[in-house]
Amino acid sequence: MTDIPQDLKYTKSHEWVRVEDDGSITIGITDHAQGLLGDMVFVELPDIGDEYEAEQDCAVIESVKAASDIYCPIEGEVIAINEELEDAPEQINVNAYHEGWLFRIQPLKENDFDALMSPEDYAELVESESH
Amino acid sequence: MSKRIIEQKAENLIFELSDNNRLSSSLAPDIDVSAVCQNLPESVLRKQKIELPQVAELQVVRHYTRLSQKNFSIDTHFYPLGSCTMKYNPRACNTLAQLPGLAGRHPMAHASMSQGVMSCMFDLQNMLVEATGMKQVSLTPMAGAQGEFAGVAMIRAYHDNNNDTQRCEIIVPDAAHGTNPATAVMCGYKVKEIPTNGQGDIDIEALEKIIGPQTAGIMLTNPSTLGVFERKIKIIADMIHKAGGLLYYDGANLNAILGKVKPGDMGFDVIHMNLHKTFSTPHGGGGPGAGPVGVSERLQPFLPVPMVAYDGKTYSWITEKELPLSIGHLSAWMGNISILLRAYIYALLLGRDGMERVADYATLNANYLLKRLSDAGFEIAFPERRASHEFILTLRKEARQHGTNAMDFAKRLLDYGYHAPTTYFPLLVPECFLIEPTETESCNDLDAFVDTMSKIREEAEQTPNLLKDAPFELPVRRLDDVKAARELDLNYYYKDNK
Amino acid sequence: MPYIPHTPDEVKHMLSVIGVNSIDELFDEIPQELRSHLANNSLNTIPVGQSEMAVQRLLTERAMQDGTPMCFAGGGAYEHHIPAAVWEITTRGEFYSSYTPYQAEASQGTLQVVYEFQSMIAGMTGMDVSNASLYDGASGLAEAVLMSVRANRKAKSKRILMPKNVSPVYRQVVETIVKNQGITLELIDFDSTSGTINSDQLKEQAGSFAALIIPQPNYFGHFEAVHELTDWAHEQGGLVIALVNPIALALLEAPGNWGETGADITVGEGQPLGIPLSSGGAYIGFIGCKQKLVRQLPGRIVGRTIDLDGKTGFTLTLQAREQHIRRSKATSNICTNQGLMATAATLYMSFLGADGLQKVAASCVANTQKLISGLEDVAGVEFPFGKKVFHEFVISLDVNIDAVLEALAEEDIVGGINVSADSGKNLLLICVTETKTEDELTFFADTLSRVLSHLRNIELTTDGGAQS
Ligand SMILES: Cc1ncc(COP(=O)(O)O)c(C=O)c1O
Repeated sequence: MTDIPQDLKYTKSHEWVRVEDDGSITIGITDHAQGLLGDMVFVELPDIGDEYEAEQDCAVIESVKAASDIYCPIEGEVIAINEELEDAPEQINVNAYHEGWLFRIQPLKENDFDALMSPEDYAELVESESH
Repeated sequence: MSKRIIEQKAENLIFELSDNNRLSSSLAPDIDVSAVCQNLPESVLRKQKIELPQVAELQVVRHYTRLSQKNFSIDTHFYPLGSCTMKYNPRACNTLAQLPGLAGRHPMAHASMSQGVMSCMFDLQNMLVEATGMKQVSLTPMAGAQGEFAGVAMIRAYHDNNNDTQRCEIIVPDAAHGTNPATAVMCGYKVKEIPTNGQGDIDIEALEKIIGPQTAGIMLTNPSTLGVFERKIKIIADMIHKAGGLLYYDGANLNAILGKVKPGDMGFDVIHMNLHKTFSTPHGGGGPGAGPVGVSERLQPFLPVPMVAYDGKTYSWITEKELPLSIGHLSAWMGNISILLRAYIYALLLGRDGMERVADYATLNANYLLKRLSDAGFEIAFPERRASHEFILTLRKEARQHGTNAMDFAKRLLDYGYHAPTTYFPLLVPECFLIEPTETESCNDLDAFVDTMSKIREEAEQTPNLLKDAPFELPVRRLDDVKAARELDLNYYYKDNK
Repeated sequence: MPYIPHTPDEVKHMLSVIGVNSIDELFDEIPQELRSHLANNSLNTIPVGQSEMAVQRLLTERAMQDGTPMCFAGGGAYEHHIPAAVWEITTRGEFYSSYTPYQAEASQGTLQVVYEFQSMIAGMTGMDVSNASLYDGASGLAEAVLMSVRANRKAKSKRILMPKNVSPVYRQVVETIVKNQGITLELIDFDSTSGTINSDQLKEQAGSFAALIIPQPNYFGHFEAVHELTDWAHEQGGLVIALVNPIALALLEAPGNWGETGADITVGEGQPLGIPLSSGGAYIGFIGCKQKLVRQLPGRIVGRTIDLDGKTGFTLTLQAREQHIRRSKATSNICTNQGLMATAATLYMSFLGADGLQKVAASCVANTQKLISGLEDVAGVEFPFGKKVFHEFVISLDVNIDAVLEALAEEDIVGGINVSADSGKNLLLICVTETKTEDELTFFADTLSRVLSHLRNIELTTDGGAQS
């Protein structure tokens, strides 16, 4: 069974989103997604200071058999990236929710997190896609 | 045992055979290099000698002959690779295309000293016009994908020429070859995918919904990449045309219908052919190919140049001067002429009678192999459909029961001396094999393939590791793709790789 | 039946296994109205099949019709000696009739050859990596342009600086391939006295740009100030695309060493490396780049890795860039490339080695200078851009170039390429490689001299009106 932590929000495109204490948000891909993609070989992250709109593609993760765009879940500015992934993309396979985080953004507007999915809804999505 | 040791020994890299003190061979002219360099501006000269291996002639011959022996090829193995049409490449095509007058002609030689090769190209243009039912053919695209580019660029040029600039979408079925969506994007279009229904036909209702004034065209392969004929093609053509869009035919599967149906009669406005498939020019370990395009009347003004014209006396080039609306040039001259010559020679050898036999026997072989495999208990993806020149088998049952997936089957086939069929394409069908035997395989060879497939399934039941760890008999065992991608080693001379 | 092994009994057997009465029945899913023979629309105009002997006769006739003229044309396609063993081995069935090496274990031959090809191209150009090939030099330049725009998003510009001393056909091909993606090619004039890039004009026209293309040698055979140009482009935030001739690189500085940090992308036409002229194709485009741009490279790439037993092996890698995986987001739509030509080029480079290739290049230079000396004495011949060249040079004549080429054709000589364009002058581009003997060079100079005076006489008798 795939791991879907209760304290996170999710997107249809299989990203997870964590709201930090300072109001910034951290983004990664879910355990389910890393399982589908297989062994990661490369991650291309945005530059710090870049601004993205919601649902704009801003990073790419690449496995041997696929490459997948990462979409920015919420409009904001990139304030941190996980540079360790450059040399160790396999961190995403090892632990997608912790060492495998991708980047952090500072929302630019009063953001509406309701567009994101709850863990329950995401579990349902995963279930439905596996059929 | 000793034979195995020799066969399995890794072949050194050519660089490892090199010694910089080796005197250069008789193959180069004799000249004092440094004396010549003194007359060239020093600022542009290299400071260090070029990095290339220094190896004697015999050692080079041996090295590459040995490497060749590590390959599967049509000349040595059955190669039922779906969508790729791996049929016999007649040797005459190769020999004749290399005749001195043809191989030695400079592309800028005056037309008066080029009538021979131009007549060959003119004849080939006409043969392809007849075979496809299109109005005119340009031979210049250098492979299928470049033919697609030419085709979609013509569609765009056509709409632009009509000032119809809101058309920004190309429709592509989900089962399409990857070059289709990639090409549409190169031509500045957005890609709209449409699903395929359970019978392998395009979902007409879904198509209805996405067609509109923004539709520039649709790219279809027929028979489709699922190995079945798109029966509603006329309806689809009408729908697209009614909306003002154009139809593109991906001719990768022309082998299935040569002399039976013409894409022009199906309503297509533009097609590309893969001469390295249907017209049997060699695949050469990845190319070169040739991807001529044919068009209906309305796209004629936009064809890529050059082409060859004939006034009954002399052959001449059609350039952008004669065809001002042309999408332009796709290669420095007229594409892969040495390959086009091979296709021309093949077409002469086959003739119209031979061409009709191509589709007949390719289809006979595919349907026979399908029936035999089906009778042997393998699951066919579209059992109620007639196979075209190829068909899809799904190994999902074997994957579920024995944990041996399609890739494991493929690798085990290599051990038995068969090149694997196309695996995991199209992506729609789980654990799939796309199998295309082609017309040049004999009944005996097809039977032997069925026996081997059955044997491998037995192995899957009893000793699945024979599949999972396969191959065992080849020069290498399964390769570490993850290491290859993470620790890139693409160049012997790169500082970290030596 | 040609290429079809079936006996009548086998056909009968196969049909009965399938459960149909005739082969025709196998096409029953195709709507009747589309069937060609029913529409009385079969392949009527195609001749019936002929024997190999008959086809050989026809092709031999046509080949002889075009003959084997003496060739002084270059412009992107060059006559070089090709060692006999190159094509003997390249056309072995195991190379000739194999497919793209997707099944790595069954394709180690092709894969290792491509790895060696990539290494040689990288070694020669001073790039970190090379791909497995592109279609040809012209379309390769288009791919390099697309790649530079992807790789240099920071420049926020889709302008490419394209010097006018890049081959005009190359410029046309690039235009065709990139124009639908909003990329503009800013044409940069060359200096009318040297034929090389005019750096003042370049700086004036530059503005913001994604990349500068530097041809070396340029279309006219002359050398660009590659170090200065490279450094300047980098200072402006642009990438540098080097467009080079592989034979010339045996003597000329590798693009990887241009200026302070080297060119970013190198492309070129690989035909001089053992590929016959054959009317302009099939040739081979090569492309290499710095390691940090590798994920923007188009086309196939082979990597060295190990197998389950730890043994060295080769496989296609970084496939996530390619159309079969990335589909609409691929770096290019290229699939089939020029594999067999890469094999031939690898063999050619191996047979000649570093020494041999230098000698070929030096002979080209020496022979070219010999012809230049021979032409210095011919009345009416001038050298508008000078004489310091690799193996091509431009002469200016006082008669119409097309007429000269036609007259030379009658003497069985391919005399060069008309590069007058809109210069208002009569300019002829001539190429000399290692294949020419002293006698041939003298013969060419004499014949040209004779042709020129003949044409001048005609012009005089037709009242001096310059032909166009
Ligand atoms: C269905 C289909 N379309 C297009 C292509 C692309 O053709 P090419 O490889 O000649 O560029 C292929 C072949 O690989 C194919 O199978």
